[in-house]
Amino acid sequence: MEMVWITISALLTLAIFSFLYKDNPIYKFAEHLLVGASAGYYFVIYFFNSVKPNLIDEVVKNHHLIPLIPGFLGFLILFRLSRKYGWLSRWSIAFYIGTGMGIYIPVAMQANIIEQLRGTMVETGKVGEPPLFNISSFSLLFSDFNWHNLILAINGPILIIGVLCTLAYFFFSKPHKGALGKFAKVGITFLMVGFGASFGYTVMARVSLLIGRMDFLVNTWFRQLFGL
Amino acid sequence: MKRELPLFICALMGITMIIQYFIPHPYSIKFYQTVIGWFIIIMTFAFVLGIMSIARVHWNKVSRKQKDWFYSLVALISLSVTLFVGFAFGIERGKPFMLIFEYIQVPMESTMFSLLAFYIASAAFRTFRARTFEATLLLIAAVIVMLGRVPIGYMISSKIPAISGWILDIPNLAAKRGIMIGVGLGSISMGLKIILGVERSWLGTIGGE
Repeated sequence: MEMVWITISALLTLAIFSFLYKDNPIYKFAEHLLVGASAGYYFVIYFFNSVKPNLIDEVVKNHHLIPLIPGFLGFLILFRLSRKYGWLSRWSIAFYIGTGMGIYIPVAMQANIIEQLRGTMVETGKVGEPPLFNISSFSLLFSDFNWHNLILAINGPILIIGVLCTLAYFFFSKPHKGALGKFAKVGITFLMVGFGASFGYTVMARVSLLIGRMDFLVNTWFRQLFGL
Repeated sequence: MKRELPLFICALMGITMIIQYFIPHPYSIKFYQTVIGWFIIIMTFAFVLGIMSIARVHWNKVSRKQKDWFYSLVALISLSVTLFVGFAFGIERGKPFMLIFEYIQVPMESTMFSLLAFYIASAAFRTFRARTFEATLLLIAAVIVMLGRVPIGYMISSKIPAISGWILDIPNLAAKRGIMIGVGLGSISMGLKIILGVERSWLGTIGGE
């Protein structure tokens, strides 16, 4: 039975790869199959992991009626599809967006701003290592001048300059002229290196996925099918 | 009523949750956990709405026999079958629902992403021309990072993996942090605008209102 599933999986893999030739009916079939299966999968998982324990089990097994409130609010969201009563869905969307933003704002302040600034100036995030921007690394450089100590000393300043210049590039309230323009230009340099690194990293991740699929087709499916 | 009450609910919940974050009392934490539970339940209904919308779009295509209606039928059947096996047989390992996930969804998703290896390579060929200083930097950083992650990079020079690591840890980190801080500031200001009722596009237009 497992071989049947592996064969289905291999045929669907080949169907997706057929897009490399051109958009064709076999690819479209596989694509729509994936859309339907994914939507169904995530709905069932959400249902069993959140609605069942938090709403159905609470009301039916524990006889708690409070969870009926979010159940009712959730039900109202379905009115979005109605032209006449669509405005009712705004109540649940308002609760959802208001709560989401209220939770997100302090967390974003902490994670996206304070922790990033702390990571840039105060600590590396690696246990036992000194901060990147560290005067003692300069004294070490002047007492023992070599490549390793030079890199160690300049890493911190490069990081701080990079962050400040990148922020300067995204500051659009003033024209990028004069000092701000020069900072923004350095910011572009850092952004380009960052995008290049991300691109290289993404390429390698995709190639590794491709190798994984090829390995599945050749070593798992083809060999088992022909008993090689 | 149709617009004011939602704006009031949004502002009330937003301000309450911001204040709650700064009160580490057990009642406050209990309140947070309750609201998160409610939040997840409403989110699931929003997911149902999404599925109903997908089903409606495909059903309309099938019922009106529009172009490519057969593929819409495939999507509807695969959605129905996945929902049926999930609810009828459960989601434990080894059940048909998980077999569909393991042998249909996961292989197809990873193949979709692996297809990008080909397109990203052709995009790189077109983009990575060292015509300007910035494009040259992009090219050099990408090549070094790629070489640094495969054995051939080490065979060319033992320093390439170290340089690749340095690019990822310092200049790349600086750019990412600048972007993250910018995104953080932008999203906080957008969040405040929504809570305070300045940004109201989320209300949408329903029946002309």
